[in-house]
Amino acid sequence: MSRAGGPETGRPGTAAGNGIPAGGPAGASGGSAGGNSDPAGGVPGLAARVRERFGVHGRGQHERDQHERDQHGGDGHGQAGGPRGGNGPRGGRGGRGGEQLVVPRARPDSYYGKPILKAPVWRSPEVPGYLFLGGLAGASSVLAGFAQAAGNHKQAKASKIAAAGAIGLSGVALVADLGRPERFLNMLRVLKPSSPMSVGSWLISAFGGAAAAAAACAVTGRLPKAGAAATAGAAVVGPAICTYTAALICDTAVPAWHDAHREMPYLFAGSAASAAGGLGMMAVPVEDAGQAIRFAVLGAATELTAKSLLLRRLGEIAEPYQSGLPGQLMEAAEVLTAAGLAGAVLASRSRTAIVLSGAALVASSALTRFGIFEAGLASARDPKYTVRPQRERLAAKERAKERKRVP
Amino acid sequence: MTAQTSSQSNSPQRKPPVAAHSASLHDPAAYAGYEDHPPRMGFFTDTSVCIGCKACEVACKEWNYVPEDGLNLLGMSYDNTGGLGASTWRHVAFIEQIKRPGDAVPGRPEGSGDSVLTESVLGEFSADGSRWLMSSNVCKHCTESACLDVCPTGALMRTEFGTVVVQSDICNGCGYCIPACPFGVIDRREEDGRAWKCTLCYDRIGDGLEPACAKACPTQSIQFGPVDELRERAQLRVAELHEAGEPGARLYLEDPDDGIGGGGAFFLLLDEPEVYGLPPDPVVTTRDLPRMWRHVAAAAGALLIGGLAASLRRDLRP
Amino acid sequence: MAEAHPVGFQWVMEAKKRGAKIIHVDPRFSRTSAVANLHVPIRAGADIAFVGGLINYVLENEKYFDEYVRAYTNAPVIISEDFADTEDLDGLFSGWDPENRVYDAETWAYQGGEVAPASGARGMEPGRKRQVRQAARGEAHGSGGAAAHPDPDRDDTLQHPRCVFQILKRHFARYTPEVVAEVAGVPEDQFLKVARLITENSGRERTTAFVYSLGWTQHTVGVQYIRTAAILQTLLGNMGRPGGGIMALRGHASIQGSTDIPTLFDLLPGYLPMPFAHGDDDLDSYVQDESVQNGFWANTRDYMVSLLKAWWGDAATADNDFCYDYLPRLTGSHSTYETVLAQMAGTCTGYFLFGQNPAVGSANARMQRMGLANLDWLVVRDLVMIESATFWQNGPEIETGEMRTEDIKTEVFFMPAAAHTEKSGSFTNTQRMLQWHHTAVETAGDARSDLWFTYHLGRRIREKLAAAARQKAADAETILGKAEALEMDRPILDLTWDYPTTGPQDEPDADAILAEINGRDADGKPVSSYTQLKSDGSTSAGCWIYCGVRADGVNQADRRKPGREQNWVANEWGWAWPANRRVLYNRASADPDGKPWSDRKALVWWDEEKGKWTGHDIPDFVADRPPSYRPPEGATGVAAISGIDPFIMQADGKAWLFTPAGLVDGPLPAHYEPQESPLANPLYRQQHNPVREILSHPQDRFQPSGAEPGSEIFPYVTTTYRLTEHHTAGGMSRFLPYLAELQPAFFCEVSPELAAERGLEHMGWATIITARNAIEARVMITRRIKPLRAGGQAVHQIGLPWHWGPNGLTTGDAANELSHLALDPNVHIQEVKALAVDIQPGRRPRGPALRDLIRSYQQRAGITDETGTQA
Repeated sequence: MSRAGGPETGRPGTAAGNGIPAGGPAGASGGSAGGNSDPAGGVPGLAARVRERFGVHGRGQHERDQHERDQHGGDGHGQAGGPRGGNGPRGGRGGRGGEQLVVPRARPDSYYGKPILKAPVWRSPEVPGYLFLGGLAGASSVLAGFAQAAGNHKQAKASKIAAAGAIGLSGVALVADLGRPERFLNMLRVLKPSSPMSVGSWLISAFGGAAAAAAACAVTGRLPKAGAAATAGAAVVGPAICTYTAALICDTAVPAWHDAHREMPYLFAGSAASAAGGLGMMAVPVEDAGQAIRFAVLGAATELTAKSLLLRRLGEIAEPYQSGLPGQLMEAAEVLTAAGLAGAVLASRSRTAIVLSGAALVASSALTRFGIFEAGLASARDPKYTVRPQRERLAAKERAKERKRVP
Repeated sequence: MTAQTSSQSNSPQRKPPVAAHSASLHDPAAYAGYEDHPPRMGFFTDTSVCIGCKACEVACKEWNYVPEDGLNLLGMSYDNTGGLGASTWRHVAFIEQIKRPGDAVPGRPEGSGDSVLTESVLGEFSADGSRWLMSSNVCKHCTESACLDVCPTGALMRTEFGTVVVQSDICNGCGYCIPACPFGVIDRREEDGRAWKCTLCYDRIGDGLEPACAKACPTQSIQFGPVDELRERAQLRVAELHEAGEPGARLYLEDPDDGIGGGGAFFLLLDEPEVYGLPPDPVVTTRDLPRMWRHVAAAAGALLIGGLAASLRRDLRP
Repeated sequence: MAEAHPVGFQWVMEAKKRGAKIIHVDPRFSRTSAVANLHVPIRAGADIAFVGGLINYVLENEKYFDEYVRAYTNAPVIISEDFADTEDLDGLFSGWDPENRVYDAETWAYQGGEVAPASGARGMEPGRKRQVRQAARGEAHGSGGAAAHPDPDRDDTLQHPRCVFQILKRHFARYTPEVVAEVAGVPEDQFLKVARLITENSGRERTTAFVYSLGWTQHTVGVQYIRTAAILQTLLGNMGRPGGGIMALRGHASIQGSTDIPTLFDLLPGYLPMPFAHGDDDLDSYVQDESVQNGFWANTRDYMVSLLKAWWGDAATADNDFCYDYLPRLTGSHSTYETVLAQMAGTCTGYFLFGQNPAVGSANARMQRMGLANLDWLVVRDLVMIESATFWQNGPEIETGEMRTEDIKTEVFFMPAAAHTEKSGSFTNTQRMLQWHHTAVETAGDARSDLWFTYHLGRRIREKLAAAARQKAADAETILGKAEALEMDRPILDLTWDYPTTGPQDEPDADAILAEINGRDADGKPVSSYTQLKSDGSTSAGCWIYCGVRADGVNQADRRKPGREQNWVANEWGWAWPANRRVLYNRASADPDGKPWSDRKALVWWDEEKGKWTGHDIPDFVADRPPSYRPPEGATGVAAISGIDPFIMQADGKAWLFTPAGLVDGPLPAHYEPQESPLANPLYRQQHNPVREILSHPQDRFQPSGAEPGSEIFPYVTTTYRLTEHHTAGGMSRFLPYLAELQPAFFCEVSPELAAERGLEHMGWATIITARNAIEARVMITRRIKPLRAGGQAVHQIGLPWHWGPNGLTTGDAANELSHLALDPNVHIQEVKALAVDIQPGRRPRGPALRDLIRSYQQRAGITDETGTQA
C-alpha cells in the first residue's frame, strides 16, 4: 500500500532500459500518502497526536513522521511532523486508484479541508489534568467544610489534604503549560471579568491560600480558629474553582466547547463532586464515609444528567464527544461512573466495594475531563463543525427575514 | 488595575449584548478609554483585484521580523504558506475554479457558493468562466475581539487606532487567545512561547505610514485607511462589480451589526467565505460569557447545596 | 505580466479599472489570466500562426486604418520582381542559398530606378553572407539602420500586384481561423472573439497595446514573432500613438539599458554596429558601411567619432582616425553560446560572470558547466554563492561521475557584489526611461559595485601596463620592436579612465560616468541633444541616444515630479531617450496634415502660427518641419525626411510592413515549427526556420520532429516560465527564506488528462526527459493546464518554472538541463519556450544511471549527430 512509501522509495533503483526510473511510483505516492495521514485530516491524525502526547508512539505515529519526511524530501526543508504537511483526505488529495487527483478543489465548506480555527495549544495531560484536579480540589474543600461542620473530622482532614494537594498540583500544571512559565505572575497584572482565565487566576490564588492553610492547620493541629476560617473560606470559593473552568473552555470559538456552555458548568460541578466524594470515601473508615458517598452519588448523578442533556442538545457538534479517542474516553468514563454509583449505593457497607467505587468515580471524573478536552480539539480541527452551524444560523436568520416580509 | 480593566477589555460584562451596537462600541478606541484619539484605522482587502503576488506576505515579514514559516510544498495551488499563524500574518489563498467539459457547474468546486461565473468582469469574454480566486487574509482587528477579551494578562490591548495588538513583553504564552479567535488568526510561536499576530503595523501607522502589506500591494487590493472611509469605498466597489455582472461579489465583516461588531479589516469576496477558509458567520465568544457566568454561578451554588444535602443526616452512615 | 512583472502590472489593473479589456494569450492559465477579461490557451510555439491569423482577419475584413497605412507605411512600395514568397516556395523565400543556409536579401529589396543602395546593404553582399548571418547584422539594423531605397517605386492605389500591401494579403491569406485552430489549437470562436476585440478597439478613437515578454523572444523565430505583432499594430494604426505600441517586458531590471549601452558582442553604445575584421578597415569605410543615406542614421559619423572621443579623449585625433583602430573587430558570432563551445574547445580560457548564472540559467546547462569546467580562470561577481561558482564542487556532473573535482582546473574567483540598494546608478526600463537610484546603505564586507570592480580593475591593469611599457621601452632591443610593444597596449593606456571616486571604498562617482555618456560640446559643457554632436572631434558622447540625460549639467534621470503635478505624459519623471520623448515616432499620432487623428487620442500636433510641432509629449520629429515639407531632389540625411515621414529612424521614414533588409530570416513572418515539436508544420513543407542557428555538439543532440521517425519518443510540449515568487536563475530568491518558503520546491504543471495518461500523482515525483538530459520535479496536477487539439491530435503541454538549481534554501533540478542550442538567427536567443519532451512518474536516476537513461532515449529515438540539424 502507499503507506509503505518511505523515504528510501524516493531513491531510484536501477534505471530501466525503457527509461522509467525504478521505484518511481512508490516515491510518487509518498506525497499523497502524507496528505492522507496529516493531522488536518482529523481523527486518525488526532489519535496519533494523542498517542504522542501520552508518550505512546504507536505505529501510526511513526508512519506519519515517515510520510512527512517523504513528502518533504523534495526540497530537503520539510518540517517533519509539522502540520503543514498537506491537507487532509477531504482536500481531494491521496486516494490511489481513485478519481484522478488535481490541485485539490476546495471542499464545499472549507479551504482544502484545512481547519478554520486554531485548536488550543494547551498540552495534555497538563490542562485536562488541571480541569480534573481543580474540580477535585474545589469539591474536596466543600466536602471538608460540611464535614467539619458536621463534626466528621476524619473526613474533613482527609478532604482538606486532598484539596491542598490537588490545587497544588494544578498550579504546577498550569504554570508548566505556559509558553513563558517565568511570566506566570503576569496573570495577576489585571482582573478581567471578560477573561475566565483571569478570574480563575485570582480564584486559584485565593483558594490555594485558604486550602493550604486549612490543610496545614488540620495536619499540625495548630491554630484551630484560623484553620476553621480557612476551611470555611475554601469551602466558599471551592465551588467556583469547580465550575469556572467550564466558562474557561466554553468561552472560546471551539464548537464542541462553546456550544456546550449551558450544560458544561453543571457537568463540571457534578464531575468534581463525584471525584471529591470518591476520593473522600476511599480516605475514611466506612462508618465515616456516608457524607462522601452521598456527595459522590449526587455528583455522579448530576454529571450523567448534564452529559446526556449536553449531547442531546448539541446535535452534530456532539459527534466529537462520541467518536474517536474522545468518544472512547467519554464512554469509559460513563461506564466507570455507573459502576461507581452502583457500588456506592448498593455495597456501601463493604470497605472494598467503597474503595473500588471511590476509585471508579475519581477515574471517571478524570477521563471525562480528558474526553471533553480532546473532543474540543477534534471539533476545532474539522472545519465542518465551524461552518455548518454558522450556515444553519444564517439560514435561520434568512427564514426569519422571510417571515417578516410575508406577515 | 481597574483602569487597566477598562482599557484592556471590551467585556460584555459592562456591555450587555443588547447594547452591543451602541455608538461606543463602534468606536472601540474610545470604548477602551482613549479620550481623544485618531480615527479608527483598518484594511479593506478587495480580492477582485488581487493578483496573488504575495508581496504582502513578504513585506509584512520584512518589516515585522517575522521568521520564515517552513519550506513545504503543499500542493494547494500556489499556496505554500497554508494559512495565518504565529509566523504568517498575511496569507494569500489560491482557489482554482477551472472548468472542464462535463463539469456539472462550470468551474465550481461542488457547492462553493452561488455566484455566476460566466461573463463576469473577471472573465467577461472568458470561454468558460474559469476562475482562479486569490485573496490576502489578515487579522480582522475585530470591534469585539475575543482574543483581547479573554487575554488574562492584558498583553493584548486595544490601540488608539482601534486596532488589537499583542504586547510581547507582557504575553506569558497562556494560549487562551488562540482558541478564542473565531478566525484562527492568532497562534503561539513554539520556539518563542508567546502569541503573535498582525499588529496592523502599529509602529508604522503611529508615524503616519501605511502598513507594510498595503504599501507593497501593487494593485491596491489591500487598502489602508479610516475604517468609515474604507466602508464607503467598499460599498461603491461592490455595487460597481454587481453592475459589471459579478453578482458573487460580497462584503465580508464590513457590517457593524455582525457577530464581531464588524472587522477593522474587512474583505470583498467573490465566493462564499468558507471557500477562502473564513467562517461564514463568526460570533465573538464573549457575547455568551454573561450567560456562561450565570450558569457557572448556578452550578457553584448547586454544588454547595449538594454538599449541604450530603451532610443533612446526622447519622454518618449512608 | 502579473506573474513576472506584478509591480508594472498595477498599471494594467489601473487601465482595467477604467474599462480597458485585457486579453491573455498563454499556454497556461496564470495569475495574469486570473484577472484578464479573456484567457486564450495556445500551443507553445504557434504565435505567428495566431497573430498572422489576426493580420489576415484585418486585411480580409478591411479593418486596417486606411489613411494611416497609406500615408505612414511602406504598403504602397513595390518590391523587386525577383521576390518570391513562402506561399510560392512552400516555406522558403527567394534568395535561398541551401549550401550556406542563408538568404540573399537582394530579391527582397524595394524596386527603384537604380539597384538597391549600397549604404548599409554591404552586409547583404554575396560572400559576406556567413559573416552577416553569424555576426547578426540584423541586430543593428533592427534599430533602423537597414538599407532601403530612399525613393522607391510606389502605387498609392495599393493595387499593384507587387506592392507590399498585395504581397502581404497573399502571404497571410492562408492564415484563416480554421488554420489558426489547426496550428495554434485556438478554437475559432475564441480566435474571432480576440479579432473582434482588437479591431473594435483600434482606429481613430481607440488604440490597442501589445505586451510580450520572453514567451515571444525565446524561439528560433523569436524576432519574427515580434515582427508579426509589428505588422498587425501598424495595419491597425497603433504605432506612435498613445495607448498603442508593442511593449517588450524584459527578463529583469534594466535589460533595455544593457542593449542601449550593450553587453552584446556585436553592438557599440547607441546601436552602432561593432566593426568587422575585414571590410570596415578605417573609419570612412565603416561609416560608408553602416550609415544610411536618409534619416538620423545618416549622421553615423557624428555618433561614432563622439563615442571614440569619449573613450580615448585627447588621444583620439583626426590624424589617427580618432583611434578607430583601437576598437576590437568581429570575426564572426561571439554570442554566449558560441562562447560556450569555445570554452569546451579550450579556445576561450577566461570568463567573467556579472550577475549571471549560466550553470542553471542558460540553455543546456550541462554544457554551460562543461564549458566553465574547462576554463583556466573564472570570475563570478554575485550576491550569493551561485551554482556557476560551485559547479566544480557540487555540480550535477560530480554526482553522475562525469566530472571529478580534482580534475577541474578552473580557478574560480568569487567576488561578492553590491545590490542595487548599495550603489547609485540608473535603471533603463522597457519604455527607454532612465530612473536614477541613490545608495541607500553602504556595502558590507567585501561586497563592491560592478562599477567599483570595473574601474579599479582597469586602473590596476593600466598601472601594470604602464610599468611594463616603461620596461619594454628600456630593453626594447632585446625583445620585440619598441613601437610595436607599446602599440599593443595603447588602447588600454590611452583610455579616459579618470573618474572621481568617493567614500571609504573609493567608489567611482556614477554621476560622472553619466556625464561622460551624456557627452560634452567643444567647450566641455554637457550637450542637450545628439543633434549637437559633430564628426570633427570637437564633441564627445559615450552613447549618442543618451545625449540630454544630463542636459544643463542636471541629472535628468533623477527627476521625481509626481504625476499629479504635471500632464498625463509626465515627461518630468525620469528621462527617456531619445530627447526625453515618451512615445517613439509620435508624429504618427497626428494625421498627414499634422492634426490629431482624434481629440481623444491627441498626443502631438503641428502648431501653424508657432510654426512648430507641439503637444502633450515631446514631438519625435524635426521640431519645425511642417507637414507640407517635401525633401528637394537629392536631399540626404535629416533634410530628406518629408513632413509626412513619422518613422524618422527608418531610411524611408515609413513603418515597414515588409522588411526589405535587416532580417536574416525573411522579409515577412511565416509559421515554422519549433526546433523540436511533436507536430509536422501544418502550413509548409519547410518544418523549421531554415536559417535558425544550430550549434551541434555531442553534448547537444537534437530530437526528431513532426513526421520524422522517433519524434513519438518525445510526445509532449514543454514551455519554461517564471513564478512571481522567484527571480530568473534564483540567485536573488532561492537564497532568501521569505521568498523560498513561498515556492519551496521545483514542480511541473500538468493537466489531469496528461497525469492520467502517464500515471502521475499530485505532489508525487515526475522525471522529464529530452535528448540532452533528464530532470525530476514534484507534480502539480492542475486544471489550469489544458490539453489542446492541434495538428489533428491532442497536444499535452507541461509547464516548467525554471528558477531552481542545487544551491540555496530551496533546491531542485534546473529546467535548462533539458534545453538545446538552436537559436534565433538574428539575435542568438535560445529556444526554451517550446521543447518536446517525455515525462514519466517517479524520481530520476542518480549517478551514471542518469546518462544511461539519456542514451537509451537517444537510441530509441534513433538520434544521430545529423538529427534535427537540417535546414
